[in-house]
Amino acid sequence: MTLETASQQSFGQKHVLDLDSFTSQDITHVLDNTLAMEQVLEREIRKVPALRGKTVVTLFYESSTRTRVSFEQAAKILSADVINVSSSGSSTKKGESLYNTALTIQAMQADIIVIRHPHSGAPHFLARQLRSKVINAGDGTHAHPTQSLLDLYTIRKNIGTIEGKKIVIIGDIMYSRVARSNLWGLTKMGARVVLCGPQTLIPNDFLNGHRTEEGHPFAAVEIQTDLDTALKDADVIMALRLQLERQKAGHLPSLREYSQTYGLNARRLAIAKDGALVMHPGPMNEGVEIETDIAHGAQSVIEEQVKSGVAVRMSLLYSMAAGQNLEI
Amino acid sequence: MPLIEKRIQNPVQIERALTRISHEILERNGGGDNVVLVGMHSRGVPLAQRISTAIERFEGIKVPVGKLDIGMYRDDISEKGSPLMKPTDIPSDINGKTVVIIDDVLYTGRSIRAAMDAISDFGRPSQMQLGVLVDRGHRELPIRADYVGKNVPTAKDEDVQVRLMEIDGADEIVITTNNNDMGDKT
Amino acid sequence: MLKSILIKSGRIIDPASDRDEVADLLIVDGKISEIGQINSKDQNVEVYDAKGFVVTPGFIDIHCHLREPGEEYKETIATGTKSAAAGGFTTVCAMPNTNPPMDTKSVVDFVKNKALTEGVIRVLPIGCVTKNSHGKELSEMSELADAGVIGFSDDGKPVSDANLMRQALTYSAGLGLPIINHCEVPELADGASMNEGWIATRLGLKGMPNSAEEVMAARDISLSELTGGKVHLAHISTAGTLDMVREAKRRGINVTCEVTPHHLTLTDEAVLSIGDESTSFDPLTPNAYDTTAKVNPPLRNISDMSIMANGINDNTIDFIATDHAPHSSVDKICTFQEAAFGISVLETALGSVLSLYHNKKVELGTLIKKLTSDPASFLGSNLGTLKIGRTADVTVFDLDETWRVNSSLFFSKGKNTPLDGTSLTGRVKATFYGGEYVYRND
Repeated sequence: MTLETASQQSFGQKHVLDLDSFTSQDITHVLDNTLAMEQVLEREIRKVPALRGKTVVTLFYESSTRTRVSFEQAAKILSADVINVSSSGSSTKKGESLYNTALTIQAMQADIIVIRHPHSGAPHFLARQLRSKVINAGDGTHAHPTQSLLDLYTIRKNIGTIEGKKIVIIGDIMYSRVARSNLWGLTKMGARVVLCGPQTLIPNDFLNGHRTEEGHPFAAVEIQTDLDTALKDADVIMALRLQLERQKAGHLPSLREYSQTYGLNARRLAIAKDGALVMHPGPMNEGVEIETDIAHGAQSVIEEQVKSGVAVRMSLLYSMAAGQNLEI
Repeated sequence: MPLIEKRIQNPVQIERALTRISHEILERNGGGDNVVLVGMHSRGVPLAQRISTAIERFEGIKVPVGKLDIGMYRDDISEKGSPLMKPTDIPSDINGKTVVIIDDVLYTGRSIRAAMDAISDFGRPSQMQLGVLVDRGHRELPIRADYVGKNVPTAKDEDVQVRLMEIDGADEIVITTNNNDMGDKT
Repeated sequence: MLKSILIKSGRIIDPASDRDEVADLLIVDGKISEIGQINSKDQNVEVYDAKGFVVTPGFIDIHCHLREPGEEYKETIATGTKSAAAGGFTTVCAMPNTNPPMDTKSVVDFVKNKALTEGVIRVLPIGCVTKNSHGKELSEMSELADAGVIGFSDDGKPVSDANLMRQALTYSAGLGLPIINHCEVPELADGASMNEGWIATRLGLKGMPNSAEEVMAARDISLSELTGGKVHLAHISTAGTLDMVREAKRRGINVTCEVTPHHLTLTDEAVLSIGDESTSFDPLTPNAYDTTAKVNPPLRNISDMSIMANGINDNTIDFIATDHAPHSSVDKICTFQEAAFGISVLETALGSVLSLYHNKKVELGTLIKKLTSDPASFLGSNLGTLKIGRTADVTVFDLDETWRVNSSLFFSKGKNTPLDGTSLTGRVKATFYGGEYVYRND
């Protein structure tokens, strides 16, 4: 092995539980290799043998066809064997505990388990209990690291760099796992992050000076409740999905008022930098958090986000399978 | 651990070897019309470009040069860590063409096996050939080079390094040995 | 006739009689017989060498869950009382959230009989405030009082209906017994599994704000003032509650409160896992979401935790109670959200609490008072002291022995403690109940 390849081994994660454990080099490594994966997707024969003989299990306790299929496709293009377990198709509905299901999956000799679960920390639980490597594909209101990686990839691809850019995340910060992972990812890559939304949807510890509390990891993140002010000089605007339940739970008077105060429309988009990117993790409530013509407009990279999902996940699977300290 | 380094070829010798390989490729394939060169990252790429330039000088034709990263075709990825992949770029239709794979050092043959698999995914060449600047022996697969700059018999604990102007800032080939016997005993 | 026991050369601390001296203590016929320099050559006297150890009254726990009847897979009266004895306790009060709950005389009798036949120490039952603890109608409190309950509680759940709480306080005042309330406004705590704060935000877990406890504590204090009923606030956890209790006591309102060893010594960072010594910027390890640190009320932040020692020192907090809440592994080997609330505390209580002494936050005598004579006063009983002639409930412990918690060795069926694998300083060496060994660790 030459010295050069030694210095390139810059991916140091066993599990992908959230981006909090990633260094900026880890993130850059995944994003760089995503380019090579995109090339594979453009070929006539869309298959490489990198993960031949490896088994990837997707374990989905929430239905998310888009995320699951994206992982499945990524794993299959890399020649892994893929087993899909979903809560409707297995014994999970019969009340089998996550622990027992996980043991069964381990008995299948899964190398990598991709888990989506409605409870925060379910991937940590698997990582603690099992020998397999674990990828978090969305856990409760905690994290969604692969969505964040593809957001980072999309930003980098469109505006070259993330460092120093002003990113405005709008909406349901309180319950959004995408927002949480992006907070880690964006701040690690040196972005200036502004969170904007009604105060009822921003965690109390970000408000009222609570961030002076010892150990708060996001003391530098800006909070803004007025969207017009927040959007000034923005390079990237990320609108988050607003769940209808928030109105029922008393966080909001009405979707109408939310849309009027925090909906992204043409007038507001004009406040941001010329050509600012419009992003959304999907699925969108068009007309609520984002106007239809903006969602599908010239500045929108929302479709591109979806498209890069497969390549980003290929890159991540490849890096995890290739890592040295990862023998199971 | 001290490294002992022995220079075995200088820039002039490397240039001569590449000139000879260029001639041999033309001779063997009845000219360069049907030839595509594919350089393997990292140092195979500038070598393939130099050969292409040489052929253009002799014959006045431009032989296309592709770049190939074999990261996704290796059979040992769990052992080597996650490499940063470089762009793969196979420029033209390779169906029915003679693809000459170019690499700096031929050793176990495993990289070449991976390269042949990778190229097969881009099309069906009529032939694949292999050109290397150094063949250092110790093959683990039934693979041999069609064009060799220099055969360098080596021991397993030695390492052959090809350095090129485009990547390393100088042209030379050296053999390095970990010196366990003469090293500082402290 | 019981064998007499001579506990030699221990440092005897008995807050109720202002005693703190190195002396010998003689137990005859299950009673404290003599304290002083005692040399006995009597064959019938067994000598326990307590040199270098502290000798105190047996500890009294006003708040624990023994789970029997109904959840014997979590704990039984037999295992729970053995666990208590190993923790230095000789009297425990059992919360009524069993199945069936202790809302009738027959269930109370069952628990008392079990305790007599299978228990190794004294068990005093607590009755339900409301039938089935459903918070709708008062239980038959008078009959329960006759059956021997020491108070009423729907612990695990609050008495949510303010008018019902008013009636309960008024009714129980006539019986001379307290209402022990678990203060938690359900609407503010809905779906929450830990303390509200940046750690909960980071983990994506719904947090319980301090207000969930304080709003109801304020209500209960006001209702106590209105009715003259005796209200006891179980396991208080916030600085705000502490301030309200202090002010209420100053105004002469009939309110008392307790604190647990874990709310005195642990913070919500324990959910990140104690073993990892994580700091905020460190990545979460797979050990995060430590379900053994899931407890209700939740472990609070550092400022709430630290202030609790002040409450001990100025007597705002009446006593220390464990809220021992054993669970089986299936209740804890799951996601944090699914996990049951509660910590198995009895066997680590002393070691935890003594850290306040070792860290010079609270005097040793004060801590012992909060484990012995103060809970005894709450019960209105003559337990909790080493006065001559009293029942010989005695605990002997080594103040300075450092030991590693290994929950697999617990007598309790509940192995659920965030302290597993950590070190505590201060360890029970022997427990005597009515003059007999019920625990010994030589």
